[in-house]
Amino acid sequence: MRVVIVFLLAWLLSSSVAHAELTIRITQGVDNPTVIGIVPFNYTGTIPLPENVSDIISNDLRRSGQFGPIDPSHMLSYPSHQEDVIYRDWRLLGSEYLVIGNIDPKDSGYQLTYSLYDVVSQQIMISNQVVVVESNGLRDMAHHVSDAVYELITGIRGVFSTHIIYVEHQKAVRQYRLMRADMDGARPQVLLKSSEPLLSPTWSPDGQSVAYVSFETSRPAIFVQNLLTGKRQQITNFKGLNGAPAWSPDGRKLALVLSKDGNSEIYTIDLASRRFSRITNHFGIDTEPTWAADGKHIIFTSNRGGKPQIYRANIAGGGVQRLTFEGNYNARAQVAPDGKHIVMVHRRANVFHIASQELGTGQVRVLTETNLDESPSIAPNGALLIYATKVNGKGALASVSMDAGTKFILPSTSGDVREPSWSPYFK
Amino acid sequence: MLNKTIKAAVGICAVSLFLSACSSTSTTDPNSAGVDASDSSVTTSGSGISSVTSAEDAAPSETVFYFDFDSSVLRPESRALLNAHAKALKANPRSVRLEGHADERGTREYNIALGERRAQSVRAYLLAQGVVSSIEVVSYGEEYPAVDASNEYAWQQNRRVEIK
Repeated sequence: MRVVIVFLLAWLLSSSVAHAELTIRITQGVDNPTVIGIVPFNYTGTIPLPENVSDIISNDLRRSGQFGPIDPSHMLSYPSHQEDVIYRDWRLLGSEYLVIGNIDPKDSGYQLTYSLYDVVSQQIMISNQVVVVESNGLRDMAHHVSDAVYELITGIRGVFSTHIIYVEHQKAVRQYRLMRADMDGARPQVLLKSSEPLLSPTWSPDGQSVAYVSFETSRPAIFVQNLLTGKRQQITNFKGLNGAPAWSPDGRKLALVLSKDGNSEIYTIDLASRRFSRITNHFGIDTEPTWAADGKHIIFTSNRGGKPQIYRANIAGGGVQRLTFEGNYNARAQVAPDGKHIVMVHRRANVFHIASQELGTGQVRVLTETNLDESPSIAPNGALLIYATKVNGKGALASVSMDAGTKFILPSTSGDVREPSWSPYFK
Repeated sequence: MLNKTIKAAVGICAVSLFLSACSSTSTTDPNSAGVDASDSSVTTSGSGISSVTSAEDAAPSETVFYFDFDSSVLRPESRALLNAHAKALKANPRSVRLEGHADERGTREYNIALGERRAQSVRAYLLAQGVVSSIEVVSYGEEYPAVDASNEYAWQQNRRVEIK
């Protein structure tokens, strides 16, 4: 059966695509990744392709940590049709899976026909699947194939078609930029430029908006920006703190931090009615709210015990419970999609790591070894997280698998980058 | 005069729980004790010498107060400078902006809350000294380091409140 998938161009705003891209360096991989051959796709057109689709797929799968794609220069044959596949060539290389395909010009864009083979059992897993994209959609095409291959082999939904938002600081020109890019850092777009700090960007659950803090009025204020139309709405402009917005799971509310009543407290705002509810009431610092999966609790950072630790409050009222006890600095928690873990910034021996904690047992696991790690944001499949760190004194984004097995760094070629937020799945 | 001083001291203790032990103001800290003494001598003896008074009331050129890591407690050594600013503001009221900052360690939003708390400590102290100027507080957290580096010296320079 032939399935045609046409990608609508989500890149309507692509006129502002910046040239500087994030490049990926894998710093640590798992011991025994699954070997897979992604054969360079046969191309029937005359005008050279602007992207190397099979290379992008190989890089996607390598970054997941679970796959070890074969270098094309080591391949013994380059099949593009089923009749050319010689399983022995791939068994010799230890390859368990094989992807082949053909790209043809189609209207103003391209059409890929690809297949996935199980080399060990010599079975076809995906047969002549067709993907059609517009002329600027080759990277979308590649990520789509990566998602399909990854999910079929691992049973886990792929996140290669998701995006990230982050803040880039161009110190030389004193400019802060809210950026959007593919999850691999490619195709960065500027969403907003400001001469004053931007921080705490976070995706809405429907993937259509982003909430963030901007100092453009010389004080912090919370904004929501529609990613398709670019339209911005100022949500708060109180005296004092206006910070740390976090969307409720249903997307109807934001949890946020205000100090309008004299002290840093957590509130929620209903975006339709603009009604505020106060969640915390303590003379200590309460900040960095995030929603529990049930939408009925808010998890936040507080120094009410003397040092920053993670607490949980019932929105309906009824007390606050401390969740973290290991170490004297735990902050900025995010709840994993399974609802059973949080990730957070965790200080150990004076070094700031990203750690996960199982909520049931309280067991803490340190995921990163670098110093000054912050802003963890979990991928929607719960398998990876992205965070901010420093490389050679410059802000960089890095990713680590939730089992701490694979790490990679996305050093920016321009500016300090920080505060990544991983998008949800796009429908 | 004595009455007023006691009232101010009580005010300091009551307003800001985060100030380091109030008792150290008068007893253990030699710097602030010295400043207190000179204050009273100026007010008692120098009433007729206006030129001296205005020089004494000039805003100090030093405008930065430093803090310990993850702390918004005013350091004892900041008091002399705070008192001088308070005096200048009382003599020449103007609207003031206090900008709170943090070092890069720890999380950004927590650091913004911490920077605000540091600025609030300074504000509470100035108000307790009888300053009536409007005092705006804004925190930038770790966004505007005074020294852009990742070492102890830079971190110390960056944990600060600036009077503007």
